[in-house]
Amino acid sequence: MTTSNKAEWPLWEVFIRSKAGLDHKHAGSLHAADAEMAIENARDVYTRRMEGVSIWVVESKYIHASDPGESESLYDPANDKVYRHPTFYNLPDELKHM
Amino acid sequence: MTVHSFEQHFEDKIDNEISIEPRDWMPDDYRKTLIRQISQHAHSEIVGMLPEGNWITRAPSLRRKAVLLAKVQDEGGHGLYLYSAAETLGISRDEMLEQLHSGKAKYSSIFNYPSLTWADMGAIGWLVDGAAIMNQVPLCRTSYGPYARAMVRVCKEESFHQRQGFEIMLTLSKGTEVQKKLAQDALNRWWWPSIMMFGPSDDNSPNTEKSMRWRIKRFTNDELRQKFIDVTVEQTKILGLEVPDKDLKWNEERGHYDFGKINWDEFWNVVKGNGPCNKQRLETRKKAWEDGAWVRDAAMAHAEKRKNKKAAKAA
Repeated sequence: MTTSNKAEWPLWEVFIRSKAGLDHKHAGSLHAADAEMAIENARDVYTRRMEGVSIWVVESKYIHASDPGESESLYDPANDKVYRHPTFYNLPDELKHM
Repeated sequence: MTVHSFEQHFEDKIDNEISIEPRDWMPDDYRKTLIRQISQHAHSEIVGMLPEGNWITRAPSLRRKAVLLAKVQDEGGHGLYLYSAAETLGISRDEMLEQLHSGKAKYSSIFNYPSLTWADMGAIGWLVDGAAIMNQVPLCRTSYGPYARAMVRVCKEESFHQRQGFEIMLTLSKGTEVQKKLAQDALNRWWWPSIMMFGPSDDNSPNTEKSMRWRIKRFTNDELRQKFIDVTVEQTKILGLEVPDKDLKWNEERGHYDFGKINWDEFWNVVKGNGPCNKQRLETRKKAWEDGAWVRDAAMAHAEKRKNKKAAKAA
């Protein structure tokens, strides 16, 4: 069996806007030789049923991600600030429109 | 954290139904089990395109042809979702394909049976996709995030596959005597292999216990098989066809159908590579890979050339 030792096509992350007015959302990934092909492949792989009106592709190697092992310290600053939520405040029931 | 505490953290997440994501710590065995299962699943989608691809040019109407083409294209898409999910575990696409081509990786044995008549397109959609759905729905809640998300997508698309298959069976079973015979013959040939799709029985399935504990699997092979038989037998009545199992009988006490003995020798024989089409399927896949090599190389060369041109222009 002959397997090409050449490098695989690069990996791309695909983001789809499902309709105007909504954010692009990560849909998955795929391989393609360049950005143009990545968009065309994304259309075939991720929007066969009109799931999108706009596609973004980013080569996966350009994504920087937070380290899950450091989640605790990373999100620590927000951990003790319940007063940022509206339910923190005790107000009388008769208060309306607030 | 020590290895022990990493492991504890992982187990806690599993117990609390928190998904495991690609960059999270996971035991080697969990990773290996997932790579094996997801790649095998991806290979099944890709090889699964072949028995139906066989009938695209001979579909009896333009409608049937468009539908079959869309279904086979979906299966290609499902393979791609799954390969991507497996790649997040650190195996490359080429490695997976190499394992398929060398025979090291398996795919669902059902695709090693031939599709002899048009009625087989009905039976495959109804039974094979039906069994696949039964297997796949619980996988939408599997513990590994990328696998679960891929399965949600697959399940959403799969339901038309089964419905179009049943529609073919229904049309044939209401047709001429010859058409009805074709439908019954397809059911006869695909029933037992479909039942075997759920894998060996629980007392013979060494991976089940671990996979259940890690919440990769949610139900055992035998549980899913029973569920499939119970719903499918009822569907067969609508077709007015007969399930090829003389021991099939409703068991009031159990609330399930009892069914005949499964021919596990046949199952293992096909798994080992001796089914009617194993050789042909693998050869077709290898040929497609080898014949496509120049396209892959040319696309890379073209992309490289354009990148250089752009860089030269900018300089």
